[in-house]
Amino acid sequence: MSQDAKKRVTDIGPPHYEKFLPEMVKKNYGKWLYHEILKPGVMVHVAESGDKLFTVRTGNPRLVSIHTIRDMCTLADKYSNGNLRFTSRNNIEFLLTDEANIDPLIADLKAMGFPVGGIGNAISNIVHTQGWVHCHSAATDASGIVKNVMDALCDKFESMSLPGKLRIALACCLNMCGAVHCSDIAILGVHRRPPRINHGILSNICEIPSVVASCPTAAIRPTTVNGKQSVEVNEDQCMFCANCFTVCPAMTLSDPLNDGVSIWVGGKVSNARHEPMFSKLAVPFIPNNPPYWPEVVETVSKLVELWAANAHKYERMGEWIERIGWPRFFELTGIEFQKEHIDDFKHAGLSFKRSAHLRF
Amino acid sequence: MSNTSGKTPKLDKLDKGPWPSFVKEIKRAAEKSPMSKDLLGQLELSYEEKIGHWKHGGIVGVFGYGGGVIGRYSDVPDKFPNVAHFHTMRVNMPSAWFYSTEALRKLCDIWEKHGSGLLNMHGSTGDIIFLGTVTDKLEPIFAELTEAGFDLGGSGSDVRTPSCCVGPARCEWACYDTLNLCYDLTMHYQDELHRPAFPYKFKFKCAGCPNDCVASVARADMSIIGTWKDGIQIDNGAVKEYADKGMNIQKDVCGNCPAKCMEWDGSTMAIDNSLCRRCMHCINVMPKALRPGKERGACIMIGSKAPIVEGALLSSVLVPFMKMEPPYEELKDLVEKMHDIWCEEGKNRERIGEFIQRVGLGNFLEAIEVEPSPYMVEHPRDNPYVFYEEYFEEGDEDEGEEEDE
Ligand code: SF4
Ligand code: SF4
Repeated sequence: MSQDAKKRVTDIGPPHYEKFLPEMVKKNYGKWLYHEILKPGVMVHVAESGDKLFTVRTGNPRLVSIHTIRDMCTLADKYSNGNLRFTSRNNIEFLLTDEANIDPLIADLKAMGFPVGGIGNAISNIVHTQGWVHCHSAATDASGIVKNVMDALCDKFESMSLPGKLRIALACCLNMCGAVHCSDIAILGVHRRPPRINHGILSNICEIPSVVASCPTAAIRPTTVNGKQSVEVNEDQCMFCANCFTVCPAMTLSDPLNDGVSIWVGGKVSNARHEPMFSKLAVPFIPNNPPYWPEVVETVSKLVELWAANAHKYERMGEWIERIGWPRFFELTGIEFQKEHIDDFKHAGLSFKRSAHLRF
Repeated sequence: MSNTSGKTPKLDKLDKGPWPSFVKEIKRAAEKSPMSKDLLGQLELSYEEKIGHWKHGGIVGVFGYGGGVIGRYSDVPDKFPNVAHFHTMRVNMPSAWFYSTEALRKLCDIWEKHGSGLLNMHGSTGDIIFLGTVTDKLEPIFAELTEAGFDLGGSGSDVRTPSCCVGPARCEWACYDTLNLCYDLTMHYQDELHRPAFPYKFKFKCAGCPNDCVASVARADMSIIGTWKDGIQIDNGAVKEYADKGMNIQKDVCGNCPAKCMEWDGSTMAIDNSLCRRCMHCINVMPKALRPGKERGACIMIGSKAPIVEGALLSSVLVPFMKMEPPYEELKDLVEKMHDIWCEEGKNRERIGEFIQRVGLGNFLEAIEVEPSPYMVEHPRDNPYVFYEEYFEEGDEDEGEEEDE
């Protein structure tokens, strides 16, 4: 081993968080008393000591350049003693000790094109995945749809006009890197064409038994094509999950004609009032239509408007739908209820209506 | 073709609008980075053709680690040679994503020198994602990162980078120190995090209260959700203040309580804490008046995951209440037993939640030596097909009685 390799440092883990905590946070750690939302995107946390910490939250495209990060650092140096943090939904928070800095910071952020909001009964940032920017299995782009949807809903980020919290998430394929499956509205990329198999290379780059084993519906069987070991897919059994592609690049599912987006509604992760819930299928398929994806934006906006107009205070999308019932949801939204809405995978029967509790 | 000419008419449409634009960000990076310029071109091609242009495959990494780097290659390298290789590095973020500007600038400098200048703040699991570099640069980046005090996060079948909510650093509801537990677990499992040896990934997420701001119940193999055992702390004066300011306490607070265990008579708030479900609603809407109790800890839930392979799962209760204090021995013992049985009997690409579905929660509990408890189920089984493991034969009973004597 070379000398360089010996000097090599490994397994040090991340820096200790204490190094990055603002002085006021260190002093009042675990001793916060309460908080108040002062206006959209601004809140104050009050400690037992009487100290006040002001938070200003701004949106963030998540995919950012180092130049923008440096700009944010400049703002943090100017207004928040060099302290900032990111949230679990990719917003940026400046932590201020001086109330007088709030408005100048907001003005600077707005001048840079960064909206302030996402606190309280508002839409927060859309958690999303890589899409065509950087993923091999994407059925749609992530950043593009998010940009369009947030452009349309930005006023609901910058205000607190909604009945409750609204959490939208996007995943560009069923792998779902992100809590998409428990969101008020989930935008999910879907493939709809069974894998096209590259028989020429499959046996060179993939282990056939693991490809066969990867399929949850047992649709894949070993076979020989032109004298080469390969696999075949029983297309009727394929549910386009792309598990096979994940273990074997020679099983491509991406296809411009058949890929697109599905919309799911009514999930949540928080325990407040109702227990956590999965999102349920609202719209099975919308074709990809870059760069604006107008059909997706329109569908999402309409869902948000309907919920905002009809939900009780604090009621999340799923709680509202549970109160009015799915038949009325489909009636109000005008979405056609189709065969695809009915589950046919494991435990499907649990989602059938198993009572005569019907609202007409 | 428009996209190799450097023109990007489709993407140009997305650099306007009220929400900050990722296209603007890529363009900003592209001013200095040929990689980012080609990324923009390839993305424009995807927008034209409605298909992605990345390939997976090829194991790349830093010496001695099996995770933290994801190999990525363009499938149109002739058109966009600067993204022919465009690997991702996952950098383990600090607990709760607090930074000093000094540390952020340092990361930016490293990434400007060796990569595309584009990053995700942050990735889905929580890491800082450096988007786009080549194999030769991995070691130099790693050396500079460790010198700056940073390390890589997880990827593949390993412990993934644990994450946590803002916790006691800035939240009055935190029922345990999420930042500390997150850091402690990350350090304790460094080997498991950097050297994949599990059947599949294993995620920890630490949420300070049942609001679960890190979505742990949906996204973590082990969801550690803060809660309390005693009664909600009530400040009646402050409740009155909310009422005086126009809050309809009866309707907005009591009416939304899922347990219907609250009463407000205009001067006193009464909560039947034996029925309270610790849902957080009332505390959320009256943070000045109500606070979680004083006997705090966490509920340990296990098994959530996204759909791949056998369908999505939410985490379910394993330990309804555990004290959460360093060095977290009880928790780590439990994790160790879970990992042992899962590593021994789990199938390739089987998350622990799916493993439990396959072998049965009852059997899993036996293996990790945890007693079954009604807290673990929504309701007892309603299906009569019980897998009894033993049965008596003629004469057994007598022997049994003898043993009892
Ligand atoms: S996409 Fe899924 S269901 Fe279809 S063949 Fe591949 S693994 Fe099987
Ligand atoms: S925490 Fe939830 S269940 Fe408990 S009293 Fe408050 S609203 Fe009711």
